[in-house]
Amino acid sequence: MSTIIIAFNNTDIAFNISPEPSMEAVPSSQLYYTVCLLSLHNHHNFLINQFHKRMISLRVPAPSSFNLQRLNSQALERRWRLGRDCFLSFSPSCVENRIGLGVRSTKSEMAPFTAAEEETLPEGLQPELMPKHVAVIMDGNGRWAKIQGLQPWDGHRAGVEALREIVELCGKWGIQVLTVFAFSTDNWIRPKIEIDFLLSLFERTLKSELETLAKNNVRISIIGDSSKLPKSLLEVINEVEEVTKNNTRLQLIVAVGYSGKYDVLQACRGIAQRVKDGEIDVEEIDEGLIEQELETNVTEFPYPDLLIRTSGELRVSNFLLWQLAYTELFFAQELWPDFGRNGFVEALMSFQQRQRRFGGRKS
Amino acid sequence: MCRRENNDLSGNDVVQSFITGSGSFPTFASLNSQLRILVLSLLPSTISDPKNLGTVLHFIYLSSGEGMGGGIRQLLEQVHRLSRRSLFRVLSMGPLPTHLAFIMDGNRRYAKKRGLEDGSGHKAGFSALMSMLQYCYELGIKYVTVYAFSIDNFRRKPEEVQSLMDLMLEKIKSLLDKESIVHEYGIRVYFIGNLGLLNDQVRAAAEEVMKATAKNSRVVLLVCVAYNSTDEIVQAVKRSCVEKADRDVERIQLVDIEENMQMSVAPEPDILIRSSGETRLSNFLLWQTGNSQLFSPDALWPEIGLRHLVWAILNFQRSHSYLEKKKKQL
Repeated sequence: MSTIIIAFNNTDIAFNISPEPSMEAVPSSQLYYTVCLLSLHNHHNFLINQFHKRMISLRVPAPSSFNLQRLNSQALERRWRLGRDCFLSFSPSCVENRIGLGVRSTKSEMAPFTAAEEETLPEGLQPELMPKHVAVIMDGNGRWAKIQGLQPWDGHRAGVEALREIVELCGKWGIQVLTVFAFSTDNWIRPKIEIDFLLSLFERTLKSELETLAKNNVRISIIGDSSKLPKSLLEVINEVEEVTKNNTRLQLIVAVGYSGKYDVLQACRGIAQRVKDGEIDVEEIDEGLIEQELETNVTEFPYPDLLIRTSGELRVSNFLLWQLAYTELFFAQELWPDFGRNGFVEALMSFQQRQRRFGGRKS
Repeated sequence: MCRRENNDLSGNDVVQSFITGSGSFPTFASLNSQLRILVLSLLPSTISDPKNLGTVLHFIYLSSGEGMGGGIRQLLEQVHRLSRRSLFRVLSMGPLPTHLAFIMDGNRRYAKKRGLEDGSGHKAGFSALMSMLQYCYELGIKYVTVYAFSIDNFRRKPEEVQSLMDLMLEKIKSLLDKESIVHEYGIRVYFIGNLGLLNDQVRAAAEEVMKATAKNSRVVLLVCVAYNSTDEIVQAVKRSCVEKADRDVERIQLVDIEENMQMSVAPEPDILIRSSGETRLSNFLLWQTGNSQLFSPDALWPEIGLRHLVWAILNFQRSHSYLEKKKKQL
């Protein structure tokens, strides 16, 4: 008849075992966002009420019930992985005198890429026609969360899982640059709590993934307007970029606070400064010069071959303006957390069937 | 207006032979689709009195020959225009786009498909363009942009480039005619692009058209010739640098670049339609299509029709309210 409460964050862990459900032992000031609940008795209703109240004061997403019927297998897996990361939510109907499951740590489980896996392209894809640079607009987290009955930040966490999968696939299949649109300048209008969560999620993910990425020879670059980002995030970014500077297998470019027009504007300012300093003449300004000044100069292949946008929207939304001049666009109907390997293979197959002429003629 | 060839033939017999296919009358199946629609639409009025149907069928039979050909075609055109007008009235109940952009892709593939010679694909493309413009302006869309010729297209074979230039010269000159679409709808024409790359005749003709239509203000047509979006941005950057050369360069804002763009005469496109099923931008309006709906029907450009336009507008209307909400928040 006892209740066990385990609460932890990155540095701390607290226990409370008591006959009555109580959350007093939980240090409220330090707890960040994960609280796990094990109930060996049918006290869950009361506990969840207490839990809700406590959660709100701790700024934690409260557990919510979920409708099992509406989940397909991929979503279930996503949901399980989500729960594995922090806590599991119970619905009164499916927990009746049942022992809840424990919680595992937030360590990433991305397996190191082995050389043998590099050659195993799925059927139908030809290795010589693989794109060198793929860009992705990760759209649809909020909608996914709404459909599943979760909070929007759960959708973003699921999105991070999907991103891990795609990064793994890119590394295995020989794609050399992957650019992802994480946060746009237009997203600053979202509610503050969501923005705070997104940026802290980003910070946490970078910190936890650093080791794995370094081991897998992945280089990370961050592009975008960093003036509005919190200082702690900027420090983590600098550290990550520094550590992975010399990796060669895959370059992951994350666009945070980025907009295509902003990129061209800052390139224009750089060029204007150089003209003012007398370094170059106004007449010498041409496309190559602008290309050098754009933020994507961190990579050897700044122009994406393929752009994938999920969730069925048919827009580019101000992402990579200049660089998309000859990019093949692919619009996927699934929401980003559901995109996964199948969607990616479909996009690559569609890309390989296209005829790219760059304005000329195929004779 | 209609003559009876055989005076002793009653309406019933005509109907019978028409439907069963015997005799010298054309069968229903042999009429083309337009005439079939006409027959079906006239059926209700003649159902009470089969003799009327006989009269009508005589009329059709006779007019599908040489004598009455013009008459029936004009009648059908009127029918089409009326139905189109009612369709557009229904569409304008919802929000309509202000600016449409077209990438006219697939002319050569069309010519190859039909087994015609190479140049005729572009001619067919031009007539498709004229009909699309007519639909757009009838619907009330104020700005239409078309991608006629890219700077990359100069890399094609010289004969093809030359024939395209000749076609463009001919068509630009025809815009100045009295009966052209320009005067019918009061169109103001702009030629956007690096006009210095064109040969002198085409450039002179283009400038003449721009000057002649400068006073029109009802609707606007922007034709992009010798255009590349990256080239446009480079020119805008150059001009901004020159303007702000003596002042603080940090104060160059987005509006400074935007007002130096050649496309600043029009607002951003709401919909970008690219024919022939390819989904890429090909260096067209990269700066301006950040928030436009992209639409790529599979039809080649000469095959494009009213249905693609209507479908694009319906899709636009579906997502319009959401986009307006987002724009207000920004």
